[in-house]
Amino acid sequence: MTEPTTDTVKRTGVPLLSVKDLTMTFPGRRSATGRRGAPVRAVDGVSFDLEAGRTLGLVGESGCGKSTTGRMLVRLLEPTSGRIAFEGQDISRMSQGALRPLRGNIQMVFQDPHSSLNPRQTVARIISEPLLVQGRSAGDARRRAADLMELVGLIPEHIDRYPHEFSGGQAQRIGIARSLATEPRLIVADEPVSALDVSVQAQIVNLMERLRTELGLAYVFIAHDLSVVKRVSDRVAVMYLGRIVEIGDKASLYENPQHPYTRALLSAVPLPDPAAERRRERIVLLGDPPSPVAPPPGCTFHPRCPKAQEVCRTERPLLRLAASREVACHFPGD
Amino acid sequence: MAAPLLEVRDLHVTFTTPRGAVRAVDSVGFTVESGRTLGIVGESGSGKSVTSLAVMGLHRGAVEVGGSVALAGRPLIGLSERELGTVRGRRMAMIFQDPLSSLHPYYTVGEQIAEHFRVHFKAGRAAARRRAVDMLGEVGIPEPARRAGEYPHQFSGGMRQRAMIAMALACEPDLLIADEPTTALDVTVQAQILELIARLQQERGLGVVMITHDLGVVARVAHEVLVMYGGRAAEQAPVDALFAEPAHPYTRGLLDSLPRLDTADDEPLPFIPGSPPSLLAPAPGCAFAPRCPRAAERCTAERPEPAAYGDGPGRTVACHFAGVPAVEEAAR
Repeated sequence: MTEPTTDTVKRTGVPLLSVKDLTMTFPGRRSATGRRGAPVRAVDGVSFDLEAGRTLGLVGESGCGKSTTGRMLVRLLEPTSGRIAFEGQDISRMSQGALRPLRGNIQMVFQDPHSSLNPRQTVARIISEPLLVQGRSAGDARRRAADLMELVGLIPEHIDRYPHEFSGGQAQRIGIARSLATEPRLIVADEPVSALDVSVQAQIVNLMERLRTELGLAYVFIAHDLSVVKRVSDRVAVMYLGRIVEIGDKASLYENPQHPYTRALLSAVPLPDPAAERRRERIVLLGDPPSPVAPPPGCTFHPRCPKAQEVCRTERPLLRLAASREVACHFPGD
Repeated sequence: MAAPLLEVRDLHVTFTTPRGAVRAVDSVGFTVESGRTLGIVGESGSGKSVTSLAVMGLHRGAVEVGGSVALAGRPLIGLSERELGTVRGRRMAMIFQDPLSSLHPYYTVGEQIAEHFRVHFKAGRAAARRRAVDMLGEVGIPEPARRAGEYPHQFSGGMRQRAMIAMALACEPDLLIADEPTTALDVTVQAQILELIARLQQERGLGVVMITHDLGVVARVAHEVLVMYGGRAAEQAPVDALFAEPAHPYTRGLLDSLPRLDTADDEPLPFIPGSPPSLLAPAPGCAFAPRCPRAAERCTAERPEPAAYGDGPGRTVACHFAGVPAVEEAAR
């Protein structure tokens, strides 16, 4: 696979996060008769770099492997193969013990704020837990928890309340505060606003942007909502069936998508503008995303692709440079 | 003039809960004409889904429904369950966010559509089965004869939603109520389903009620829009007028706060503070007042009723300050 080429990746120095050929193969599910099905390659050779203080958006539809990728980055899942380097250090094979001093640097924010918070713990306990694990004193951790609550727009006096006493938006602020406790450099956020009411989403998006500037955080922002990803990202990677099909600078990717899947995806998003909706030409794809259990040969997008040719059915396209970004397509562009 | 296809007036829905009565829907009214789509937009707790269930007469348990619902002039509230059963399915049908909630796992998809048809049309088995296959073909399921013999779990999410639409439309209803039909689907599949509903609407002159939280979906499919907040109608308008000039501060706040594909994003997003209200403890005044940038004393004391707004027909707004220029807007 080619080296990332966009200007956000500095040639000098080591990127904060460098992911190379990351692959995750799940064993097949056991059927009622005890026989195992074919293994599922959920993530198949994903590579990207991320600089400190920047945001990479990871978009795609269900089953594309974006969440599995995120879980491997924080080592909630053990990658089958590939390399995850944090500040140059490969953490993909590290034992949990060796990983512990680095853990605080990479934290995760989850989709459903309420189910990712222990209902029987107070906010104080939830936010300070990572600090107690690191060996900080209880009093120290509690003071830090109160500061973090203030930082994310919660009232520190509510520190002894339980998660159910908070709204969805507030609960997500608690989840964010918890992720910040250990002063991470990188946050992997998996659909952080998609479970929230529309009127609350903007609050959380703004909060995450402010925290990024104030604390110099980098985000891997995983979402299915292309509008939200456009809002928060510097670079965007579009995934389809376990692979990145297009990755590049946000502005150019959204203005001039090169991969037919990116084009279809963007044209499918309904715009909150009825006049524009009537004018718009939509590329409506046929069928559903195929199952990763039995991916089509060649380019996995070819059964749904309006431009598919013979070569697409037989030969898998690799990421290569097209219109100042990388695209995995035999016929990128118009 | 003939009665509208669906006319809902002064609809009230009250749940009795251990923590007191909850008025989930409060004096909501709207009409839907044949061949038109009414979009009902709202967030969780806005009452949009409860409204649709009450229209269908599908509410269960300790629920009190008041007001009037008339389908082509025929009142539905007060009908017996048996009478309602013939109206449902035959004249109006509903599809849901999760197709598995309406498809039985033990019967093939074809059997379920055929059964539906047999009940309402007294058709024979063979005719009903043919009808099921035809309908599956019409909603774009490839190899309909083979797929009719499969079970719901063998269908993908998008195909299940198509099957549910086939079942809903098998008896040629005049009205289709769709409650978040594409929320659980991927965006490329959502586009297919919205297109399918639009095509069927055109071919059959269906009236459609599309319930959604997604303003983009509303902009794409709706002719008229009802914006609900805290169980009440905040604003009602033709779709172009609503998006061009939202009159209720909630509608405006919601539109301003959307991250969008078609605008720049260098400024922080404007946002609505706070969260949607709890229906358990409704405020005496306007439900949106605690989050509203324009709220004055009057708004927390006196509930605004929907009133005609602007020049065009079919616009109502429930806001004390609708049409009154805001100071901060003049300054902008």
